[in-house]
Amino acid sequence: MKTKEFTVNQIPSSTMPIHYNEELCVGCNRCVDVCQCDILFPNEEKGKTPLVMYPGECYYCGACVMVCPNKGAITLQHPLMNQAKFVEIK
Amino acid sequence: MKWPYDNKVGVKTTIKCDVVVLGGGLSGCFAAIAARKKGLSVAIVEKGAIEKSGAAGTGFDHWESACTNPCSKVTPEEIAYAYVDEQDHFSNGIFHYITCREGYDRLLDLEKMGGKIRDTDREFDGARFKDQGTDLMFAYDYENKFTLRVWGTTFKPALLKEMKRLGVQIYDHVEATALLTTTKNGKKIGSGAIGMNVRTGEMLIFEAKSTVLAMSRPARVWLFNADTPGLCEFRPFQSIGSGHAMGWRSGVEFTMMEKSVRAEFSAAGRSFPPYGTGNNHNTWYAATMVDARGVEIPYVDRDGKELTDYYDRYYPAKGQKYFLKGGVIDDPKYEYRGPETLDFKTLIERGYQLPFYADLSKMPELERKVIWGMMVGQEAKTSVPIYQNYNDRGFDPTTHKLQSYGTGWQSASFLDQERQFFGAPGGIMHDWDLKTNIDGIYACGDQLFASDCAGAACATGHYAGRKAAEYASNVEYVSYDVSLIENEEKRLYAPLYKENGIHWKELNMAIAKCMQNYCGGIKCDALLKEGLDLLETYERDIVPNLSCSNPHDLMRTHEVLDILTVSKLVIHACLARKCSNTSLCFERSDYAEKNPAWNKKHIVIHQEDGVVKTRDVELDYFGDLKQEYESRNKEYIKEVNNEN
Ligand SMILES: Cc1cc2nc3c(=O)[nH]c(=O)nc-3n(C[C@H](O)[C@H](O)[C@H](O)COP(=O)(O)OP(=O)(O)OC[C@H]3O[C@@H](n4cnc5c(N)ncnc54)[C@H](O)[C@@H]3O)c2cc1C
Ligand code: SF4
Ligand code: SF4
Repeated sequence: MKTKEFTVNQIPSSTMPIHYNEELCVGCNRCVDVCQCDILFPNEEKGKTPLVMYPGECYYCGACVMVCPNKGAITLQHPLMNQAKFVEIK
Repeated sequence: MKWPYDNKVGVKTTIKCDVVVLGGGLSGCFAAIAARKKGLSVAIVEKGAIEKSGAAGTGFDHWESACTNPCSKVTPEEIAYAYVDEQDHFSNGIFHYITCREGYDRLLDLEKMGGKIRDTDREFDGARFKDQGTDLMFAYDYENKFTLRVWGTTFKPALLKEMKRLGVQIYDHVEATALLTTTKNGKKIGSGAIGMNVRTGEMLIFEAKSTVLAMSRPARVWLFNADTPGLCEFRPFQSIGSGHAMGWRSGVEFTMMEKSVRAEFSAAGRSFPPYGTGNNHNTWYAATMVDARGVEIPYVDRDGKELTDYYDRYYPAKGQKYFLKGGVIDDPKYEYRGPETLDFKTLIERGYQLPFYADLSKMPELERKVIWGMMVGQEAKTSVPIYQNYNDRGFDPTTHKLQSYGTGWQSASFLDQERQFFGAPGGIMHDWDLKTNIDGIYACGDQLFASDCAGAACATGHYAGRKAAEYASNVEYVSYDVSLIENEEKRLYAPLYKENGIHWKELNMAIAKCMQNYCGGIKCDALLKEGLDLLETYERDIVPNLSCSNPHDLMRTHEVLDILTVSKLVIHACLARKCSNTSLCFERSDYAEKNPAWNKKHIVIHQEDGVVKTRDVELDYFGDLKQEYESRNKEYIKEVNNEN
């Protein structure tokens, strides 16, 4: 079979489910390896924050946040349209 | 960016094992463990990463039908037959009985592996739903105690650890793509499977004596959104029915694939995150609901009588032994109907005003805490996206009420042609060994027809693994046709070499629209045939032009090829049933008869060399549940009795 050079580019989506805090992230890639949709990718530079290559493919399960050893290094946000409303009880 | 993983396209690796399990969700993990415990070599193949993959990857909160737990007041026979009756016998008696009979054994297994199944931290001492002797906690029917509240976030990591301890060979990030079969003396036999590493493109060939299908059910057949495809459906994005597609291509039999329901849940733009809005179902049962004015919405019993005491919500009606609630129970028959809030129409007639809210502040403290903090937290997709995030946003269940959207837990409404496989849909036809029509190929969990739920996945997974191991212990490896590998290699890698072709999303979108137009709410032969014809043109003209640039996109492209196959299977199944059938949510405009007696049967369907074949099977083909089960599981029963 012919060899082919692979590339990966971020596929834009109207939503960005995952945000990294580069100060807190140690680039261990636990989040990358646990994501069942495989949307997070290791940084080319070892020890640096992973990249969200396929944001639209996120299933919003939270597994990546659950396994992260450093609280706050990675956060998950529902799309704005899906943020349910709660109000004070009067 | 350069691809960060090795490029192993062209590399083929063969793995020989006694049993190969395809799919590493709850059912697959239990199948692998059961087979390995019989002393066989076992490989498990998972497209994501087992630690948190599958519908229950990030947890689940209800364990249903645990009829043999020490507090239960119902028998496995009672509940299994109740489900069969509730589903008008378009139900899977074998599946339900295995769940009712062995489910609790699996829960004890999980506890031994390190999973949390009881309130060992004593957070809920004194609660009505807790049994103080065993520390087990119950949901729904507090009288009969057969649904357990569990700490489901602990289960997948525990299963992974146990598989490692036992020496199961784990293949994460590998998608299974095809089954291997051989024909011996005119009979087809399973001989393993083919897979592809979704990061490196390496091809893996699993030569096995028996194969267990545990890849859940199809999705994205009618519902697709190219912007947020990960939110198209309720179940994990990568689970799209590959197991059904590869089974169909290899001649495996299916039943009830004509069943689909008007969509109940899709987050792609319409539904809110599951368990993240005010409602009183499932995880949120039996939350107190209020209307816009803060007036409490009454709960009523099955006769419509308003319940006055808060705790009546958790008990059967007078003269009723037990009630059913949970994953597959939408609108139960009178006999099994439990307490429920007054229906929406009556509420509006009586002047209740939208929006409604869940107001947990009005509930007893432990009932509130068990919903917000245990159930919401342990249920899948709630620990981080709901519990943690809402807390961060300032939500406090004692001072805030959470808004409800639409008229129920669905939080959005759908058109009739926007359909979904929900509520015990069709799937693989099987015998009492959970074996398919092909020797050496077994199935479990949500891949089985009329199946659902986490406890059931664990129970049937273990059962299928056991039976697959027994079979593998008694047979030799059979060779397979090498042309299968060559053809699969061509099929799998072709899109990598097509330049400027069509993207998988465009095809998925087109399939979904085709299914909505030709296989929507109301069906007829002419329309279905046009749909089939359109799908076949996609297969002929579009599939050869699909293109992609790396193994990840290649995996997505394979998914759409499988969705195409499943869509055809669905249309064939629809064509085969020549009447309307309410139990299957199946409506025909060209055959006037509705639910005729002659049509109360399974229409079992498979294809061989492109020719579709059907046969009729009695709905109650499972026979006497207890008797049939006990005659086939003597050794297991002895083991369980010895352990107790
Ligand atoms: C949000 C949510 C909440 C739920 N809550 C509950 C609950 O509280 N109680 C309850 O009883 N049930 C619940 N369920 C249902 C329950 O989780 C499922 O019925 C159960 O997990 C099914 O198990 P399974 O092993 O059949 O499938 P899954 O656990 O979904 O596993 C299927 C696995 O197959 C893998 N796979 C798919 N295709 C391939 C392929 N081609 N190659 C390799 N691997 C593949 C997938 O990645 C996945 O890991 C819930 C489901 C969801 C989605
Ligand atoms: S798991 Fe946490 S620390 Fe590790 S790479 Fe991901 S975000 Fe960074
Ligand atoms: S939330 Fe789930 S699907 Fe989304 S990136 Fe995290 S692990 Fe992956």
